[in-house]
Amino acid sequence: MNLLRIALKSARFRRTSLLLTVFSIAISVTLLLGVDKVRKETKTSFLNTVSQTDLIVGARSGPTNLLLYSVFRIGNATNNVTWETYETIAAQDEIAWTVPISLGDSHRGFRVMGTTTDYFDYYRYGDKRPLAFDVGQQFDEVYDTVLGADVASSLGYEVGDEVILSHGLVSADFADHDDKPFTVVGILDRTGTPVDRTVHVSLAGIEAIHIDWQGGGRSGVTLDAEQALKFDLTPTSITAFMVGLENRALTFRVQREVNDYQGEPMSAIIPGATLADFWRTISAVEQVLFVISGFVLVAGLLGMLTTILSTLNERRREIAVLRAIGARAAHVVLLIVLETLLVVVAGCIVGVAMLYGLLAIGRPIVTRRFGVDLAMSWLDPTQLLIMAGVIVGAVLVGLIPGFVAYRRSIQDGLDVRI
Amino acid sequence: MVTEDRPVVSLERVRFRWPGQESDTVAIEELHLNAGEHLFVRGASGSGKTTLLNLLAGVHTPTSGEIRLLGTDLATLSPSQRDRFRADHLGVVFQQFNLLPYLTTLENVTLSCAFSSRKTDRASNSTGVAATARSLLKALNLADDLHTAPVATLSVGQQQRVAVARALIGSPEIVIADEPTSALDADNRDRFLSLLFQEVEAQRCTLIFVSHDPELANRFARSIELAEAGGELERES
Ligand SMILES: Nc1ncnc2c1ncn2[C@@H]1O[C@H](COP(=O)(O)OP(=O)(O)O)[C@@H](O)[C@H]1O
Ligand SMILES: [Mg+2]
Repeated sequence: MNLLRIALKSARFRRTSLLLTVFSIAISVTLLLGVDKVRKETKTSFLNTVSQTDLIVGARSGPTNLLLYSVFRIGNATNNVTWETYETIAAQDEIAWTVPISLGDSHRGFRVMGTTTDYFDYYRYGDKRPLAFDVGQQFDEVYDTVLGADVASSLGYEVGDEVILSHGLVSADFADHDDKPFTVVGILDRTGTPVDRTVHVSLAGIEAIHIDWQGGGRSGVTLDAEQALKFDLTPTSITAFMVGLENRALTFRVQREVNDYQGEPMSAIIPGATLADFWRTISAVEQVLFVISGFVLVAGLLGMLTTILSTLNERRREIAVLRAIGARAAHVVLLIVLETLLVVVAGCIVGVAMLYGLLAIGRPIVTRRFGVDLAMSWLDPTQLLIMAGVIVGAVLVGLIPGFVAYRRSIQDGLDVRI
Repeated sequence: MVTEDRPVVSLERVRFRWPGQESDTVAIEELHLNAGEHLFVRGASGSGKTTLLNLLAGVHTPTSGEIRLLGTDLATLSPSQRDRFRADHLGVVFQQFNLLPYLTTLENVTLSCAFSSRKTDRASNSTGVAATARSLLKALNLADDLHTAPVATLSVGQQQRVAVARALIGSPEIVIADEPTSALDADNRDRFLSLLFQEVEAQRCTLIFVSHDPELANRFARSIELAEAGGELERES
């Protein structure tokens, strides 16, 4: 009978007091691995808010600002890009496709984005996933609109419903484009990106609702929806446009050409790089989370230390018996360390099981609510390292009661007085 | 290592004093035991019987004097060598709580071999350690059905006999017993002693048996008495 079997049987005999410790270690492990998992998946999902788009071009501004308004619909463009410039650049040989976007209006708190049907064909998010329709189809008529999943679900819209857009970003009665209602023709599948919170219309639609407006207010003449259609609805300017290149190797060259464009001041950003920069500035939160779960682990290990120290009292006779049959100092220390090892390994196994259990339950909910896909993947090297760290930490912690037990066994000798 | 003319146990001017105490707990001028001899050590509670056994087992080291077991001076061994020596050459029976509650009867007996390859070798000579343990248990009147039982279901008398089996497996040269009968009634005590002697003689062990009970002395060929205070060796009969 070796020491490991003795440790196993002894631990099984005292399982009730040890199970609680196993559970507290398990919770720390679940938390640590869970935070790590969520952190990584959130980051991946964030960095893939836009994918396959090589450049985003807008009027000259800081890269973060351009990223924020064009991708996240946060903030405003200070300037527009003229339609002529857009057409000139879009016509260049290196450029495979472009998707113009025109922002500025809203609908009950959701941003309205004018674009072309190319948007539905070229826009990619996540792992190169295209946009898909839950119901309906792309817009076709000037007064057609396609809603993001959140817009439809939170406002209760269905295909065929009528939608009134508001001028500007705050809804106010006097600024409603209520003379030109739009009809919902399609609702997109959930993407977990800002697309879900966007009301999509054609560029012509944006043009039509502003045809009798000048600056921030209505002009004297009013044109109804039908009359507006008679005019040329080609926009004079757009807010920004997304660019796909024939060859990704040309990205930097085209970016430089746009930035140096003589006709008007513009900025081109590489969305992946700008997203990564931006992530770095907002990722302090995840570090805090990580530190907190580290403290939970330390608390778990300290809890284990107190439990194991308190079991030493009831184990004095057991250790005296082992000493009497010839157990050496190293055996006594090892016996206790083995017990902490058993507890922590069991804790890790239970912790990982709880993690996957939670993932299985939480995954659909998280995907639906936050658009972050918590994939059921194997533990990655960092996570294995975290667990190895937990186990090494536990062994070091276990040395303390190990030495305490040995010192006591020297004192006790062969006869343990109660 | 064991030679016929050399005593198995030999103590000379052994003194042991607990730190902070005024007098010696153990003070033995001279004591020699040959192979197969049985010694009864009587002393009142607190007279230092357990301390003496701890010294013999190499768990404590004497303040002065020399303890030789099988010709080896324990003082020349490191603590872990003394532990090994104890594992290989000694069997120990306590007053009570001899057994590990999470092991079966049989496992408690074979446990003795866990830290001693010498005992393992000697116990497994023909039939294997488990078979040797079983026959020892049987010789000590412990029926087969008790061998795999959890020790908590055994009576105190049965537990003490299991402890004897554990002390004897692997045929150690020396067996020390610390008041193993104090928790037994008179009938049980006498039966226990008979079985103990029977097995100790079968294995030709040297036995040192301590107890506060003077009635037991007449069953031993040799006995000594420890004084209440100071632990001076009083008389040998
Ligand atoms: N661990 C110890 N620390 C200090 N003194 C002790 C210790 N163990 C025993 N003693 C002292 O040694 C004396 C003898 O104890 P012990 O050998 O257990 O006697 P016995 O076994 O004869 O009852 C006791 O009076 C006690 O004061
Ligand atoms: Mg005693």
